[in-house]
Amino acid sequence: MSMDMSEFLEVFFEECSEGLDVMETGLLNLGNGEVDVEEINTIFRAAHSIKGGSATFDMVEIAGFTHVMETLLDQMRSHEREVTTAAVDLLLESVDCLREMIDAARDEEPIDEKRVDDLKKRLEVMLENKEEGADAASEPEAETPATESAEGPKKGWVIDFYPQPDILKTGNEPYRLFDELRQLGELNVVCNLNKIPDFKNFDPEQNYLGWRLQLITTVNEQRVREVFSWIEGDCDISITPLSDEASARESKADAAPTAEAQAAPTPQAEANAETSEPAPKAETPAPQAAAAEKPAPAAPAAEAEKPAAKKPAKAKKKPSGESGSIRVSIEKIDSLINLVGELIITQSMLSQFTDEFDMSQIESLRDGLSQLTRNSRELQETAMQIRMLPISSSFNRFPRLVRDMSSKLGKKVDLVISGEGTELDKTVLEKIADPLVHLVRNSLDHGLEMPEKRRELGKPETGTIELKAYHEGGNIVIEVVDDGAGINKERVFQKAVENGIIAPDEKLTDEEINNLIFEPGFSTAEVVSDISGRGVGMDVVRRNINELGGQIYIISEEGKGSTISIRLPLTLAIIDGQLVKVGTETYVIPMLSIDESLQINPKLIKKYKGKIDLYKLRDEYIPVLRLHKIFGLQTDVTNFEDGLLVVVEAERKRVGLFVDELQGQQQVVIKSLEKNFRKVDALSGATILGDGTVALIMDVASLIRQHLLSQGKITNTSLEAA
Amino acid sequence: MKKILAVDDSPSMRQMVAYTLKRAGFEVYEAEDGVEALEMARELDVDLVLTDINMPKMDGIELIRSLRGLPAYNGKPILTLTTEGSMESKMKGRDAGATGWIVKPFDPETLVATINKVL
Repeated sequence: MSMDMSEFLEVFFEECSEGLDVMETGLLNLGNGEVDVEEINTIFRAAHSIKGGSATFDMVEIAGFTHVMETLLDQMRSHEREVTTAAVDLLLESVDCLREMIDAARDEEPIDEKRVDDLKKRLEVMLENKEEGADAASEPEAETPATESAEGPKKGWVIDFYPQPDILKTGNEPYRLFDELRQLGELNVVCNLNKIPDFKNFDPEQNYLGWRLQLITTVNEQRVREVFSWIEGDCDISITPLSDEASARESKADAAPTAEAQAAPTPQAEANAETSEPAPKAETPAPQAAAAEKPAPAAPAAEAEKPAAKKPAKAKKKPSGESGSIRVSIEKIDSLINLVGELIITQSMLSQFTDEFDMSQIESLRDGLSQLTRNSRELQETAMQIRMLPISSSFNRFPRLVRDMSSKLGKKVDLVISGEGTELDKTVLEKIADPLVHLVRNSLDHGLEMPEKRRELGKPETGTIELKAYHEGGNIVIEVVDDGAGINKERVFQKAVENGIIAPDEKLTDEEINNLIFEPGFSTAEVVSDISGRGVGMDVVRRNINELGGQIYIISEEGKGSTISIRLPLTLAIIDGQLVKVGTETYVIPMLSIDESLQINPKLIKKYKGKIDLYKLRDEYIPVLRLHKIFGLQTDVTNFEDGLLVVVEAERKRVGLFVDELQGQQQVVIKSLEKNFRKVDALSGATILGDGTVALIMDVASLIRQHLLSQGKITNTSLEAA
Repeated sequence: MKKILAVDDSPSMRQMVAYTLKRAGFEVYEAEDGVEALEMARELDVDLVLTDINMPKMDGIELIRSLRGLPAYNGKPILTLTTEGSMESKMKGRDAGATGWIVKPFDPETLVATINKVL
C-alpha cells in the first residue's frame, strides 16, 4: 500500500514544535526545585510523541536522538534518576538541538551532524553513569527481530494450549489464533473438553476449552510463540517438536502445500524483507522451492514500500513562511458554521419580500434587517476569532530566555507570566515577538540590579519581571513590569540633550522624560552589552508597535522599577474608525488615536511664528492641522468656528485636526493602498463605505511627523513652552 | 462497515491511522485522549478500539480498564499502540484488559493485517 505521507508532514511538524514548547516549558519548571512527576510525565509524553512520529516519517536521526532523551526522562519519571540541574540543562540543550533538526527536516536542509552526535554522546554518557546495567537490562529486551533462527527447522510443532477461563474478556478469541497459525503451515486442531463444568456451574462468558494443536511447518519455535505473544501469561502453553516419524510421514505427503503456505507473503515476512535481508536463508531441501519463490513476491513489495516512505521526506511541501497554517479549535469552527446557518435563515426570511412588497410588511422587513446586522457582526467577530491565537505562543519563549540571560548576567530573576491565554491576531502576534524580546532583555539588562546592589537597597535579591497580557476595550495590552532601578531621569534628560533630541532648557514632565527613551538616536546604556545593545534601540521597538497600529509608553519610578505598556489593536484587518468630512471627501481616523473632538473657541487659537495655529487645550497648546490644506481640498468651512477639532495623539505628540464635520463611528475594513496603488504618506489604507464610496484612512503618526515636525521645525518643547 | 475508534493525542499519528484504516474500508472515529474516547465509545458502540498509551487526561491503560467495565466492550478487541518494544507498556495494557498491541512505527499493511486478525 503506497501512501503519500507528505499530507501528514505539515501536521507533524506543527505538532513537533508544540511538543518542543511543552518540553521546554516543562523543563524550565523542573529547574525550579520541586519535582513534579506530572511535569516530567508531560515532558516525557511530548518527547515520546515526537519520537513516534519521526520514526513513522522515516526521520531516523530525529527518532534516534529523541529516543536517548526519552530514556533519560523515563528514568527521571520512575525515580531512578534524580532531576539535577545538569540533566535539565542538557535536556534543554537537546531540545534546542532537536528543534534545529526538525527545522532542518522541514526545510530539507542537512542537519548539523557533529552537534547532534556530540549531544547524543553526552546524553548517553549521562545515561551510563547512573544505571550500570541495572536498568540496561530493560533496554535490549526491546525488539528481537523475528528472523528464523539458525537452529534449523523442525518438521513441525505440537502445541498444548490451555487458555485461562477469562481469556475471552480481553477479546482474544482462540479461533483467531488458529487462523494465524494456519498461515504458518498445516494445522490440526484437537479440542479438550475435560474442563467443562456441569451445567449449574457453567458461565457462558468463560472459556473451559483447551486444545492440542499440531502444526506442520518449517518456522521456528519463536515464530510460533509470537502468535501467542498477546496472551502470554494468560494461558498454559507448551510447544514441543513434532515427533520425527510423524513429521517425516506428514512432510512427505504435504511438502507442496507447506511450501505454498510459506510462500504466501504474510505481513511479517514483508516487514522482514523491508527492514533487513530480503528473506530467510534456504534451510532444507523441502522448502527450497518456497525460499526461491519467496524473494520474488517480497522484493517488489519491499521496493514499492521504500520509495513510498522516502519520497515524501524529500518532496516536502515548502512551508510558506511562518504563517503557513493555523490550527483552529473545532469549537470556533462550529460556532462559525452555526452562524452561517443563522445567516441563511435570515436570508430566507428576507427573500420573502419580493416584487409585491407592500407597506404592511415594513415591520418584518425591519426585523429581518436588524437580524441580518446582528448575524453579520457576529459572523465577523467569529471569523476574526479564527485568526486569533493565545499570546502564550509568544510568551512561552521567555522563561528560557530569562533563565539563560540571568545566569549570564549573574542576576537573579523570577519571571511571572499572566494572561497568556489572551488571544490576538496571528499577524500581530508574529510581529510583536521581536519587540517583546527586546523589551524583556532591556528590563533584565538595564532595569534589574545585581543581587548585591539589590541587597544594599533593601530589596529582595531576586528581582521580578512580569509579563502580562489582557484585553481592554477593543485592544490588547501587553505589559513588561520590572522591580528594578527604574529610569534615571537626570541621565535620560542629559543624554537627550547631548544627542540633540531636546533643547537643554526644555521643561518636561517626568512621564515625558521617561518616554524619551523611545526617541530615535537615544541609548542610555553606557556599555553596550552583548545582550540588549545590539544596535536595535527602543525607537525601533516603538516604530514596530506603531506599524501595528499600537502605542507604547513607559511608566517608571526611580528605584522602584518600570512598567512598559504596549497597547495593540486586536486585529489588523478591521479598525474602529471615526468618519470625518473634509470638503466633499470622507476620511477615516482610527479611533485608537483620537483623544477627543471639540468645537473650537476661536479665542483660544494663537498664531505661532505667524504661520502655525496653536490651540489652547486646557493647559497645553497643541498645533492645529487644517486637513483641507494638507490634502488640497476645496471646502466652504475654513473658519475655525464653523468646523470641529479632532484631537489626535501619536508617538506622545498631540495635534488637533481641523475638519468640516464628524460623520459617525463604524468599523471599517482596511484595504491596502500599497497593494492596489502605492504607498501614500499620511494614509494607511482605504475602505469602502456603506454607500459604495471609498474613504481614505489616515495614518495619524505619519501625518504628525510630516506636516508638523518637518514643516515648522517645531519640537515638543516649543509647543509646550508657547 | 466495521467501526474503529482510534485514540492518540498526536494529531499526525491519528491522521495516519485514520487514513490507513479508512483506505482499508473501515469506518474510523478519532479521539485525542481517554476521556473523549470513553465518551465516544459509549455513544458509538464501535467494533474495535485502537489506543495510544501515553496520553494526557486519561491514559490508554485507564481507558482500557474503563472500557472493560462497560458491558458493551466486554470481549471486544482493544489494541494498544506502543512506541517501542517495551514489554512493560505491553504488559500494562494487557493487564488492563487489552487484546493485544501494535508496535509503532507501523507500516500501513501491518496495521491493517493486525486489525483484520482480530475483527
